[in-house]
Amino acid sequence: MALDRSDVKNIAELARLSLAEGEIDQYQSDLSNILNLVEQMNAVNTDNVQPLAHPTDAVQRLRADVVTETNQREKYMACAPAQEDGLFLVPKVID
Amino acid sequence: MEWEVVIGLEIHAQLATKSKIFSGSSTAFGAEPNSQASLVDLGLPGVLPVFNAEALAMAVKFGCAIEAEIGKISVFDRKNYFYPDSPKGYQTTQLHHPIVGMGAIDITLDDGTTRTINVTRAHLEEDAGKSLHEDFSGMTGIDLNRAGTPLIEIVSEPEMRNAKEAVAYFKKIHSIVTYLGICDGDLSQGSMRCDCNVSLRPVGQEEFGTRTEIKNVNSFRFVEQAINVEIARQRDILEDGGMIHQETRLFDANKMETRSMRSKEVANDYRYFPCPDLLPIVIDDEYIEAIRKTLPELPDQKKQRLMDAQGLSEYDASVLTATRELAAYFEQAAQKCGDYKLAANWVMGELSAALNKNEVEITNCPISADNLGAMIARIKDNTISGKGAKSVFAALWDLDEGEQKGDNVDSLIESLGLKQVSDSGAIESIVDEVLANNVSQVDNYVSAEPDKRGKMVGFFVGQVMKASKGSANPGMVNKVLKQKLDEKC
Amino acid sequence: MHNLTLTQIANGLEAGDFTSVEITQHFLDRIEKLDQGNDGINSFITVTKEQAISDATAADERRAAGKATKWTGVPFAHKDIFCTDGVLTTCGSKMLGNFIPPYDATVVDNFKKQGAVCLGKTNMDEFAMGSSNETSFFGGVKNPWDKDRIPGGSSGGSAAAVAARLVPAATATDTGGSIRQPAALCGLTGLKPTYGRCSRFGMIAFASSLDQAGPMTRNAEDAAMMLNVMSSFDEKDSTSIDQEIPDYTASLNNDIKGKVIGLPKEYFPENLDPAMAETVRAAISEYEKMGCTIKEISLPNTHLSIPAYYVVAPAECSANLSRMDGVRFGHRCEDPKDLRDLYCRSRGEGFGDEVKRRIMIGTYALSTGFYDAYYVKAQKIRRLIKDDFMKAFEEVDFVMGPTSPTPAFKVGEKTDDPVAMYLEDAFTIATNLAGLPGMSIPAGKVNNLPVGLQIIGNYWSEADMLNVAHKFQQVTTHHNDAPQGI
Repeated sequence: MALDRSDVKNIAELARLSLAEGEIDQYQSDLSNILNLVEQMNAVNTDNVQPLAHPTDAVQRLRADVVTETNQREKYMACAPAQEDGLFLVPKVID
Repeated sequence: MEWEVVIGLEIHAQLATKSKIFSGSSTAFGAEPNSQASLVDLGLPGVLPVFNAEALAMAVKFGCAIEAEIGKISVFDRKNYFYPDSPKGYQTTQLHHPIVGMGAIDITLDDGTTRTINVTRAHLEEDAGKSLHEDFSGMTGIDLNRAGTPLIEIVSEPEMRNAKEAVAYFKKIHSIVTYLGICDGDLSQGSMRCDCNVSLRPVGQEEFGTRTEIKNVNSFRFVEQAINVEIARQRDILEDGGMIHQETRLFDANKMETRSMRSKEVANDYRYFPCPDLLPIVIDDEYIEAIRKTLPELPDQKKQRLMDAQGLSEYDASVLTATRELAAYFEQAAQKCGDYKLAANWVMGELSAALNKNEVEITNCPISADNLGAMIARIKDNTISGKGAKSVFAALWDLDEGEQKGDNVDSLIESLGLKQVSDSGAIESIVDEVLANNVSQVDNYVSAEPDKRGKMVGFFVGQVMKASKGSANPGMVNKVLKQKLDEKC
Repeated sequence: MHNLTLTQIANGLEAGDFTSVEITQHFLDRIEKLDQGNDGINSFITVTKEQAISDATAADERRAAGKATKWTGVPFAHKDIFCTDGVLTTCGSKMLGNFIPPYDATVVDNFKKQGAVCLGKTNMDEFAMGSSNETSFFGGVKNPWDKDRIPGGSSGGSAAAVAARLVPAATATDTGGSIRQPAALCGLTGLKPTYGRCSRFGMIAFASSLDQAGPMTRNAEDAAMMLNVMSSFDEKDSTSIDQEIPDYTASLNNDIKGKVIGLPKEYFPENLDPAMAETVRAAISEYEKMGCTIKEISLPNTHLSIPAYYVVAPAECSANLSRMDGVRFGHRCEDPKDLRDLYCRSRGEGFGDEVKRRIMIGTYALSTGFYDAYYVKAQKIRRLIKDDFMKAFEEVDFVMGPTSPTPAFKVGEKTDDPVAMYLEDAFTIATNLAGLPGMSIPAGKVNNLPVGLQIIGNYWSEADMLNVAHKFQQVTTHHNDAPQGI
């Protein structure tokens, strides 16, 4: 499947990736090539095949409802690029 | 044109687990910002979720309560979107295989009629953090304490036709989850929030009109107001020949309007897919049955029992079972006094009025259920009159919390001098005195037609009560008077 | 001293031939000499010199106090994908160029508990996306066998460091071949265990349902020693499986006579370089000499593994990498004008081209209208691929073939052609899709460059795989070959 420039822009927007105008052509061609590779899947009929999301047949384990965490705010927020009064800061959010 | 309103609700209820859905952080409300945000809640690189057993049990409990299909295999999906209160860039939720499938609940409307509303599904998901819009150097602050709190999202069919029905449905869900003890039901702290999907269509038309979704409405009153405001807005647009845009809106209670959410303007593509960090949740009949056995008496069952076994009217039973707290209070008082009907009258009458007037919730009622019950018992055994009881009630209301714990109804009756004279000898002597002092009225009574005598007893009752300074038991006074007067005829 | 294997170092420490401080210092000196600077191999992103010496000192003290384990004081390195408390963890990305995790990955913790000495964090393709280590923000890694060539990827740093004798062993991860292919290209022994064997907690996720940690070592014996530490059941990882962990070193010398080895015809396609095929077949013939039976088999859906993988892995990574948003950690753009700008520029600047390509492919594959055609289809193919293997394992004990279609290629040779790069993993990806254990051991050379023999086993057969690998290494010497000048 060949993507056009607007497809590439839409995907980048959904994925929140800024692309320079000059990069779009390259992505357009690379992504189209990758999709061509991927579409080799269509050669095989899979109508009666159950999708496999996980390699093993394991099922979800359950955790006991116990509070095990303590306040480690200082340590956990040490790597935050912008913070104030124990809050992460982001540009103003408008609902 | 005549419009039909179509409403569906998505109710988010925070599950009352101790820890979060995928981490061991506390879910307690009101902590310092980010002090209850673990590595997992913060979505740091490399961390992984592990599912909370209690969240599963609570969701299944809800499913059992609404007699829904329970998903034997349910799957967590990722819902992808970027927002600062969603630290991983996706919300872990359930799309294709929810834990609870189709179920139904009955709602009772103000006019006493009941309707069944179908519940499409209920699924488990994680709550988001909070954005704090106070000014932080012109920025928004993000607190992720709430992120990862377990939620059950209960999705109704679009079967409600007006705001009142929607509120009745919301209240019923509220009462079920609080009866089950799976949610504290505290709307003021956001423990339950409601998204209202509203659309209009010409009466008779089969297909639905375009709907809007009013996000995060957090009180029963606001649900009613928001829906009514939105109905009016849509009707105006449609009647002007306009079109409704499918969009997400916010309710502004101050301006009494809904407005489009700017942050949701761009149509999102959530790209759901099964979360590869979590495996399918597989449960069997044994698990479900074990949970079903732990179900408490639910509002509908309690209501039926109060009607069948205690003879309450359907309306009274509905009102008294509407919330777990009120029902518990009522039953405690009723058991204490042994008279459900009398207890119902007091709880729905005097007590409700006092609670409303003072803006107090039943959970903070200054009169303990035991004391109210004890007081009602004294009405029943004729120790006090109904009128006297009102004074006792007022006095009980003013007791402080510590005093409520004691058994103080009798001492209050004593100190207020409200004890009725029920000693037949004492009453007889007062009656004799009254009859002796009112010879002409007695003569009138005797000479009157027998069917007119009934009305004439009132005069003598009044005189006896006056002579006893109000302390004579009116029932006994009546009885003794009738007996003595009839002897004279 | 640097030519000693991991096992020999452990034994040497136990025998008192040298101290942990001595051996640690020796490797640190080699790293400084051979890894750093313009001509350096560049296999390390971070060298934790002081910490290593201090850990080695503590290890020597513990040994003196008679409290040593086999691992006490043994030097090794972690791939920079494992979170290390207080130590920079970049995942090869500018995005995490300043990320100092506040916690240890479970695998990291396992080594700490044993008293091992970590020398630093090895270079890798950005977020483990690549087969040549050229996508690292911190520069490519040179293949010690030929510095004009790539070491393979994504665990190229771990492979180059072990091959250059800068460290006796390193941890690595494998999502589509990222342990086995660099092991093959650098003449090493690399093992990707069964999915669920090693905890993924603290291992920065690329594709959650495919990622698995494993050892990069010089020989099977060392791999067994590594796997003993790396394996654990972890309650913090829902996909970790509570399967008995044997002592992998205990069964290395078991008799392998009578084992049946399957050679899938799809792993020897017509366009495979005859020299590659010949070298691999020659290696397999050693097994015949040891009494194994060789059987031609078919894994008919092998050709679909790359197409399916390039849906599944990008789809999962597109979501896994969404947390890299410049809010709580990592790269944040200067002066974001609004929220969207913060996200788009932080991510646009922080991620390299290959990562962006994969995020975009994944985003596309999951988007409305394409989900069934791409994602669900790929999951179905995944089932077919697993079924192929399950059928094969009814008849054979192991599947063998080449690890990669070619030996190490030249730096820059495939950077402009992502699809050509993807084909590097043609023989390794299927095992990740099936969650099976896979291994690469040195099979010989083509044009003086190492070639890997891939061994694929059934679920939880790591001990048996290490056994057959070790037996091979008892009768061959390829694994002892060192790059020239090392």
